[in-house]
Amino acid sequence: MTANQLMIDVSGVEKAFTLHNQGGASFGVLDNASLQVQAGECVVLHGQSGAGKSTFLKALYANYSVDSGAIRLRDGEQMVDITSALPRRIIALRRQTLGYVSQFLRVIPRVSTLEVVMQPLLDLGVDAARCEAKAKDLLQRLNVPERLWSLAPGTFSGGEQQRVNIARGFIVDYPVLLLDEPTASLDATNRKVVVELIREAKARGAAIVGIFHDEDVREAVADRLVDIKAI
Amino acid sequence: MNNAVELLTSTSEWQDIAPLLSVRELNKFYAPGKGCGDINFDLYPGEVLGIVGESGSGKSTLLSCLSARLTPDSGQVLYNSEQFGEMDLYAGEESQRRVLMRSEWGIVHQHARDGLRMNVSAGANIGERLMAVGERHYGDIRAKAEEWLTAVEIDTGRIDDRPSQFSGGMQQRLQIARNLVTHPKLIFMDEPTGGLDVSVQAKLLDLLRNLVSRLGLSVIIVTHDLAVARLLAHRLIVMRRGAVVETGLTDQVLDDPQHPYTQLLVSSILQN
Amino acid sequence: MSAATAIGYNFAYLDEQSKRMIRRAILKGVAIPGYQVPFGGREMPLPHGWGTGGMQVTASVIGEADKLKVIDQGADDTTNAVSIRRFFAHTAGVETTELTAEATLIQTRHRIPERPLQADQILIYQVPIPEPLRFIEPRESETRKMHALSEYGAMQVKLYEDVARFGHIATSYDYPVMVNNRYMMDPSPIPKFDNPKMSMMPALQLFGAGFEKRIYAVPPFTQVESLDFDDHPFEVQSWEDACSICGSDHSFLDEVIIDDNGSKMFVCSDTDYCRERVTEGFVGEAPAQLETEQ
Repeated sequence: MTANQLMIDVSGVEKAFTLHNQGGASFGVLDNASLQVQAGECVVLHGQSGAGKSTFLKALYANYSVDSGAIRLRDGEQMVDITSALPRRIIALRRQTLGYVSQFLRVIPRVSTLEVVMQPLLDLGVDAARCEAKAKDLLQRLNVPERLWSLAPGTFSGGEQQRVNIARGFIVDYPVLLLDEPTASLDATNRKVVVELIREAKARGAAIVGIFHDEDVREAVADRLVDIKAI
Repeated sequence: MNNAVELLTSTSEWQDIAPLLSVRELNKFYAPGKGCGDINFDLYPGEVLGIVGESGSGKSTLLSCLSARLTPDSGQVLYNSEQFGEMDLYAGEESQRRVLMRSEWGIVHQHARDGLRMNVSAGANIGERLMAVGERHYGDIRAKAEEWLTAVEIDTGRIDDRPSQFSGGMQQRLQIARNLVTHPKLIFMDEPTGGLDVSVQAKLLDLLRNLVSRLGLSVIIVTHDLAVARLLAHRLIVMRRGAVVETGLTDQVLDDPQHPYTQLLVSSILQN
Repeated sequence: MSAATAIGYNFAYLDEQSKRMIRRAILKGVAIPGYQVPFGGREMPLPHGWGTGGMQVTASVIGEADKLKVIDQGADDTTNAVSIRRFFAHTAGVETTELTAEATLIQTRHRIPERPLQADQILIYQVPIPEPLRFIEPRESETRKMHALSEYGAMQVKLYEDVARFGHIATSYDYPVMVNNRYMMDPSPIPKFDNPKMSMMPALQLFGAGFEKRIYAVPPFTQVESLDFDDHPFEVQSWEDACSICGSDHSFLDEVIIDDNGSKMFVCSDTDYCRERVTEGFVGEAPAQLETEQ
């Protein structure tokens, strides 16, 4: 991955929601949105609540579909347009190229914290011992007490679950990383850890698009602030 | 890691993989509006496809057609078989379809008694498929039965008990073991967690999820439970009144549904 | 027609059309060894379960020159054997015999005679349940398909259950066999001791199931193999004792309780074979109990 390599190329994206079961009400959220992000660059989206930051990020992850436009993400030598790619192409992309970290952990019953964190790296075929070492390191850095590692995170506090989720999101060195308020409601110490993780990701060349409410985090990681309305 | 999964993750080669199962213009109606029609899709190795929709939407009919148990009125189901090569299921011999069912395929029924022999032991239930494909060494058969009981978290001490002495969740897990013992490539599941207690469901789902990813299985799972679909399926087909109304990546369909019916389905579930 | 025949009945009780129909089923059975041929079963003047299937087959193949032997569990003198023998003596006027060597037709319930059968003999089995797959698959449509496609893996399940429960294949009668490497067959409830005799037998073997209306056959010199596992091969029963009457240590023995204290002795189940040996001068060791009583 070389610096200044184009990693994310969004052009002319439109997105409206139509609520068929509520009288067919329709409202546009993204209007001709475009954005380019280079390797090693961190772009922070801002704008008022409800302006479409989260929708945009979800569209970048193909979690939301778009009505028109292109979202091209670099996958090795190729640029893949995820608005038209086949589902299994997107799954492959998510597995090794595209990471997404939100503040919510989708709990899988019965699976231990350590396994939850290791899983994405294991899925890439990486040796279990290496996955475990990396998972433990991340959990340690994020101050998740060791006594919790063998337990399923379903019963953890909100903050603990959030940190487990961050560890899971950072275990693979994704070339493209999407961060949807990962630091919301974290204490200062743990916010600092997340900032470090983001900086490390940038240093290895990841292209990052994020939403952060905390000013200090934004200041610490953003190369560019982009107003969602201006995209 | 399984070959299929590796191929799927490899960016350079992923495009070259042939579909495992292809459905073309499939129709099967018992009566107008009862059945399924105009079905087209491909299933690729290692993919888990969920078919969701309410009761009567035609999803179980579709599953029966796909798994060679119900001859469609028209259309094709093409399957890429290890033993028979590329085959058009219903154009071929029934004997071949039956060989597939006990070797390359697995079928997990909603009601365990449809998928198990209730009057013979758990070990015999698992061993039957091995014997059906020619295994004739008792010791080996028993060892494999024990291995698969362990894999589905049933105490090997229960190997000589009959399924009728098992709980609903155990019966379901036994059914899975019985199917997996011949290392099938493709598993069909019809509401595998239906009728189970919530706590039992969670255990079964977790087990399924692990087995599917560890063994690189391709799965077609019919469910009306969107949580089950989200946990297991890579991709969804939403059916209503016998027709496909929406398809796509599981989380995209569930988080950003486009069709009015899908929106209704998604908004009808309770948020946790 | 012989003077001895009962008045008002056709030769061998059944009408000629019925016999012809049954013979067609038999021919089909002979042509497809081990395959169960459905036939239009007729009512016989005794209840199902008393050998009506075997009797219909016998009635269809018997001729005036035949000499009939009927055995029940190896014995010529038990109720079922006596009444069937008498039935054909009355309705067909044929000669009957207890000597295996002399008989041209032998109708049997649950045994094969010890004396090897010859090419000019026919052995007719009475069959209660003709379908070997029935215990595992109750649907007739499905068992037929399993036969058609040679899907016999399920049959091993029965043997698996035996070994799992008893440590060995405990099935001792009605032991499933593969005929001519093609059809799985229920040999009727003969002891598995008799199974090896079925294979390459010079005599024709016919099977009649009256209640289920099925006929099947094993033609002369046809391979009949008993199912087993590689690590639990097929074995026949053996006894530590010998026959108390003729001293035979190689025939199928019945255990007979001889007093209220549970004392027992073993005797040949094949009464003709036993008698023949005694005639030839063989003597068994009567149990001590018997001797003290005398």
